[in-house]
Amino acid sequence: MNDILIFFYSFREPIFIMVLSIFLGIEVISHVPSVLHTPLMSGANAISGVIIIGGIILVGHADISRISPELIVGILSIILATLNVMGGFAVTDRMLEMFKKKKGSGSKSK
Amino acid sequence: MNQVLNTFNGTEFTTGSAVLEFSYLVAAVLFVWGLKLLSHPETARRGNFLAGAGMILAMITTLLLHEDSEGHRIGLANVIIIVLSIGVGTVIGIIMAKKVKMTAMPEMVSFFNATGGLASALVAVLEFTNPLNESFLVTLLGLSIGSIAFSGSMIAYWKLNGTIGNFPSGFLKYVNIFLLVAIIFLTSYILLQPSPHNFKGMMYLLFAISLVYGILFVMPIGGADMPVVISLLNSLTGIAAAMAGFIYHNLAMILGGIFVGAAGTILTLLMCKAMNRSLWNVIVGGFGSSGTASDDLEGTVKEVTIMDAAILLAYSHNVVIVPGYGLAVAQAQHSIHELEKKLEERGVRVRYGIHPVAGRMPGHMNVLLAEADVPYEKLVEMDEINKDIENTDVVIVVGANDVVNPAANENPGSPIYGMPIINAALAKKVIVMKRGTGKGYAGIENPLFYKDNTSMLYGNAKDTIQKLVGEINSL
Repeated sequence: MNDILIFFYSFREPIFIMVLSIFLGIEVISHVPSVLHTPLMSGANAISGVIIIGGIILVGHADISRISPELIVGILSIILATLNVMGGFAVTDRMLEMFKKKKGSGSKSK
Repeated sequence: MNQVLNTFNGTEFTTGSAVLEFSYLVAAVLFVWGLKLLSHPETARRGNFLAGAGMILAMITTLLLHEDSEGHRIGLANVIIIVLSIGVGTVIGIIMAKKVKMTAMPEMVSFFNATGGLASALVAVLEFTNPLNESFLVTLLGLSIGSIAFSGSMIAYWKLNGTIGNFPSGFLKYVNIFLLVAIIFLTSYILLQPSPHNFKGMMYLLFAISLVYGILFVMPIGGADMPVVISLLNSLTGIAAAMAGFIYHNLAMILGGIFVGAAGTILTLLMCKAMNRSLWNVIVGGFGSSGTASDDLEGTVKEVTIMDAAILLAYSHNVVIVPGYGLAVAQAQHSIHELEKKLEERGVRVRYGIHPVAGRMPGHMNVLLAEADVPYEKLVEMDEINKDIENTDVVIVVGANDVVNPAANENPGSPIYGMPIINAALAKKVIVMKRGTGKGYAGIENPLFYKDNTSMLYGNAKDTIQKLVGEINSL
């Protein structure tokens, strides 16, 4: 029991943020037209690449005087997270670009 | 930026850290605001841009201003390595995103989700061995959630692009429950040790079991449930990133991750609701081949010639097109739009009936048809189209199966019983375009094909539609 209380107290601010974020996420997503489900999911997916910050912190303070397995894994995690972030936003933009196009006359003959 | 600004709770902090924290606040606002704008058609693109800008801001300020516990900034050599890594990831990511076909979008999202999950897992592995890190609970949670999201998303990716086929669920659900228990047990075991750092082997075992669980958890799930699973895995990646945020006391990571986790979960539940299934049912049940095949199907399957179909369509008043995954596979979105325009020219009213889970992702059909420039107002949601389906002369089902399967209404033994469907069977005539005589993705027999008012047009959807257009032209 004490451990749980200690955990809660030492993390109280992040925990507050976490709980409020849950409500925020629910609130923002409800009432979304189904047309936008795929781009929304894709955009949210790009944001989940926020782990990139963790990767930057990790490699940023790593010892780089020699090539260690840790360094390689850290670099790998940055590359993977960047894929998630940049690829995610680019794919979402491509999807939404098509929605824009359709806003015009919408009569492109093929 | 290096000067000590003040003290807070007895610790000194520099101008740099204050600016860094402020930039995280800005980034967090941009995430939330971006996703909010993303949920409205007019502002969606701007929303995506804002969220992206927030991410890039957080990346740059972290790189320039982050300090370790001893107050050291990130060294120049490290900065170079990081920028190079980001460069590599950016180039690969953008090339993949630009090259992917519109029809393969769901796979792409699943793949990017996998990379994010693996990145979280790797960060957690490294932090576990970091002697300065004492937050083992969040580290281990990040490790296992990230690994599950990674291997699960990869399986979803391979299943969607057809590398892996369907897999019978059967006893697998018991294996999965066992693995889940093993994950919880191992996590608790490591946590209860006086110095968990020494239990590296156990940590790797947890890593491995989580990867296997991710694989086996997605393996038996098929067909109509795939969108739900991708959405769920998506929210897991967010939660894994947030766990890493706890390790670094990084509020932008926690907010971004949990926010996306909650949004993804809600999206998942919305999709489950659209299929009238509980999330538990999707995860544990799976659309196995366990359902009764309902062999008491009456009637026979009739084929129709292109010519007859063309005449039928050209002389009707009201036509509804129900697209499904087959439309995406055949890349027939442009052809179907052409058919629709041809029919409209002849005075036929044509609309599209969009089932919320048609395709492999929610809104998949909307994206696909938008690519072909189909006007937005022609895409009608399921409930709306069902209202006057009885007055529809012809329903054309293009590569859809489960979403028009009347067994969902009629046969309590069917695995999809209770799922809302587009009631195509109630229309005066139904033309089903189908690649072959096989069952749908979910492997369920479809009584619609046996109805008296249904005719089949076998063949590749794109070819068939083009022939139809040609035939209508010559009428």
